[in-house]
Amino acid sequence: MAELNISERQAGDITILDMSGKVTLGEGSVALRTAIRRLLGEGKKKLLLNLGGVGYIDSSGIGELVSSFTAVNKEEGTLKLLNLTQKIQDLLAITKLLTVFDVFDSESDALNSYK
Amino acid sequence: MSEETKEFKFPSRIDSVEKAASEAENFALQSGFSEDARSAIDMAMREAVANAVKHGNKEDETKKVEIAFKNSSEGFEITVRDFGEGFNVEEIPDPTNPENLLKENGRGILFMRTFMDRVEWFNHAGGGMIVKMLKRQ
Repeated sequence: MAELNISERQAGDITILDMSGKVTLGEGSVALRTAIRRLLGEGKKKLLLNLGGVGYIDSSGIGELVSSFTAVNKEEGTLKLLNLTQKIQDLLAITKLLTVFDVFDSESDALNSYK
Repeated sequence: MSEETKEFKFPSRIDSVEKAASEAENFALQSGFSEDARSAIDMAMREAVANAVKHGNKEDETKKVEIAFKNSSEGFEITVRDFGEGFNVEEIPDPTNPENLLKENGRGILFMRTFMDRVEWFNHAGGGMIVKMLKRQ
């Protein structure tokens, strides 16, 4: 089984990526990078990462979230985060990245925030 | 508690990170560490080995990453050695400084320091870098 599974769905012009597994050095981080670059290539610039199924992330995975965020911003898009586990929330707090990312617990609140 | 030690040598490959973390998890479990402590050890171990593989040995498979575990009266001591050029930990930028927040790399050392009770770096006399980490029971 892949380290990180990413499935994609649309809510209007917003693309939601439902992620499950691990975002760690190697396969998991590469899978996220590939997905984000592909979506940007397709002109999809409003992205919502649903991390509810991500049980594990390391510094490489955190770095990949940051890299995704900056890549999307560069294309004048928006990347937001949904359903962080306590563990990921703690890591984003430690790294002070909660001040950088828009984070939501509710999908409808997240979707409304793009309006 | 009696003192136990275990030593490993891993090739400088990304998949060694997972294997080393798994060995640390087993050692910590056998040593009676709590789930929270094991999770912290796992995080720090992955970062230490990833640094050794990527930045120390630069994924040169002819260079090994040497790992030692010791269960002492102080706690779980982990030593990770690479055979790279070494670095000065004081020169690593603080990833939580506003100007560094959007950098992709540079958070591993912060994680190691956060999750372990003590982390120290040394240049090995025979070349390479050693990181020693301690998790208390």
